[in-house]
Amino acid sequence: MRDNSKFVSYLFEVAWILPSVAIPVTLFVAVVITAFAVGIRVPTDVGRIDPQALAQTAPFDKPGVREMAPGVYEATIIAQVFMFTPNTIEVPAGAKVTFSLTSRDVIHGFKIEGTDANGMVVPGQITKVTATFRTPGEYLIVCHEFCGGGHQTMYGKVIVK
Amino acid sequence: MAHAMSSARPMVAESAERFGTEKRIAGINILIAFTFLAVGGLMGVLQVLNYNGIDLYPAIKPVLPGGYYQGLSLHGVLNVLVFTTFYIIGFLTFIFAKALDKPMASPAMAWVTLGVMTTGLLTAAVPLLLNQATVLFTFYPPLKASSLYYIGLTLVVAGTWLLLVNMILTRNAWLKANPGKITPLPAFMALVTMSMWTIATIGIASEMIFLLIPWSLGLVQGTDVILARTLFWFTGHPIVYFWLLPAYVSWYTLVPQHAGGKLFSEPMARVSFILFLILSVPIGIHHQITDPGISEAWKLVHATFTFVVFFPSLLTFFNVVASLEYSGRKRGGKGWLTWIFSLPWGKPEFTTQVVAMLLFAFGGIGGLVNASYNLDLVVHNTAWISGHFHLTVGTAVALSFMGITYWLVPHITGRALWSRRMALAQAWTWFVGMGIFSHFMHELGLRGMPRRTMIGGAPYVLDSWKVLLPMTMVGGLIMFFSAALYYLNMIMTISAGQKDSRTQEVVFAKAVSGPEDVPAILDRFTPWLAVAAVLILVNYGPTLFNLVTNARLNIPGLSPW
Repeated sequence: MRDNSKFVSYLFEVAWILPSVAIPVTLFVAVVITAFAVGIRVPTDVGRIDPQALAQTAPFDKPGVREMAPGVYEATIIAQVFMFTPNTIEVPAGAKVTFSLTSRDVIHGFKIEGTDANGMVVPGQITKVTATFRTPGEYLIVCHEFCGGGHQTMYGKVIVK
Repeated sequence: MAHAMSSARPMVAESAERFGTEKRIAGINILIAFTFLAVGGLMGVLQVLNYNGIDLYPAIKPVLPGGYYQGLSLHGVLNVLVFTTFYIIGFLTFIFAKALDKPMASPAMAWVTLGVMTTGLLTAAVPLLLNQATVLFTFYPPLKASSLYYIGLTLVVAGTWLLLVNMILTRNAWLKANPGKITPLPAFMALVTMSMWTIATIGIASEMIFLLIPWSLGLVQGTDVILARTLFWFTGHPIVYFWLLPAYVSWYTLVPQHAGGKLFSEPMARVSFILFLILSVPIGIHHQITDPGISEAWKLVHATFTFVVFFPSLLTFFNVVASLEYSGRKRGGKGWLTWIFSLPWGKPEFTTQVVAMLLFAFGGIGGLVNASYNLDLVVHNTAWISGHFHLTVGTAVALSFMGITYWLVPHITGRALWSRRMALAQAWTWFVGMGIFSHFMHELGLRGMPRRTMIGGAPYVLDSWKVLLPMTMVGGLIMFFSAALYYLNMIMTISAGQKDSRTQEVVFAKAVSGPEDVPAILDRFTPWLAVAAVLILVNYGPTLFNLVTNARLNIPGLSPW
């Protein structure tokens, strides 16, 4: 990289720019493949709900877990300061569980340790996340968004038998 | 002073000392910035202690009635909103005028900028200190703070817009006096930064004015949470470039000079900044990848554009490292990498900023993970994220800003830095402390530990976290020691530093490929602003249109702390 050698500088620039373009492109391809071929999806727009009318709005009128088909479950959970209702659900090993979540008051978080289930739980909105529990054991659910003075006590469990 | 408002008029208000106003503005801004950083930083120390079962909050209950989360609100607001914004406004005012070799067109407006921002800061500080704004720096509704908090923060932002106006007036006058000339690089970069920031703050200003302020005053009964979050992140991602670009200004135009060399390429530096101007805003939804109410298609679009904005950062990496290599070789360095040892590691203003760059490389790589759409499911709202931005804003930005003060405070005060060795020790201890802290925060995040949570009071702490948590305290305490060195050195410099006339020189780096190689298009704003506007309309238009037309202000809000 001498002062008088613009051509060498030019080669250096090209040698750097090629991978600088290749890295983001590779990441994009990886994201598209894992999302649409492997099916690792993120929460999307699934509709609004009136947080004052949860008791009259299915499925939030009956929180809990239901088997929809063999091995396929739906869990309905309401978040509020500083608890999940229900805060423990039980499913058999191998269960694929879709969680429908909403909040009664402020924003909460929902993350199940060791899975892809991760979503914001927002009053007025429904969040859907899915996880498959292959190994028996206890999976920790934490509220991962600050929701007030007792935020650190807000957690739940998925028990897989 | 008010006479100078018109750009057409020649400078009538230059004080006896040239750039006296800019120096004073920079000095006061930096003083405010670091005063509040001291409070915010101390809160961080309390947090790592709490992580490890040492709970000091009961002992300071009289001054911090809200405990952990009030402290966490102070930590976020003071460190990333107050410290950064005040520092940046002061630094860019000074750099811009100095680079044009022309005082700001309106010194009065410069003082009004500071006045509006300070009024805002004091207004927001009252509820923060009274535990009436324990809503963290993201203030997501329907957590409801005192209206003074929202009004104060809005004033701080509105104040910053005045700097852009003043810069435009000053540059117009400069262009008239220097027809056909290319705007000096540091001034161009400062103007790009403030232009990008002003566009970006449309989001937060709308959130405050249309949603949060009327709601917190009781004028409307509720708010729309997803709309508010989306407006927040319209500003919330580009704000990281608002923090970062002033550090880049220094890395590009001053660090090569500190190193005794030259900037590698000015055209490439301009391309990088123009890309930031275009790409910083239309990617904010990558912070909302796990949000309901926003379609996954737009999340993917924003994630993809976030990958694209990685490109100007890689250009910066190349250009800055090439500049360092040029300097190292000029100082007699040889070999593929051993030229590194020929760099002036004994100069605190140099070393501090270069070690900040080193940690930033890891911050950049982590940022790619965060933006990677479904990969975000692993890390979203975990300690990984806090680990990430302590490398970026907490090191690349904050440590660079400290490094800049090692020459700028002597320049403003006319007093030599009190201890250069202490400054070097400060830089390396920050590097080590943050390296440790951040590494273990990333690890904890991968094991599912949530961020912004009083872990010391959580009933669910996993064994896999317990073995890692002590290292966050080790890192945090090393940083505390580093910060103590910084503040001691600065206080001694201001109060007892030796009068030294050599501090009066400020020289920007020349470039190997300089202004003579800059095509005119790389010194223009209108075409690039048009591209930015189109991209914002495309990437945000449909989502915002949908959210605004379906908005329901029906979530009442709560202050559960």
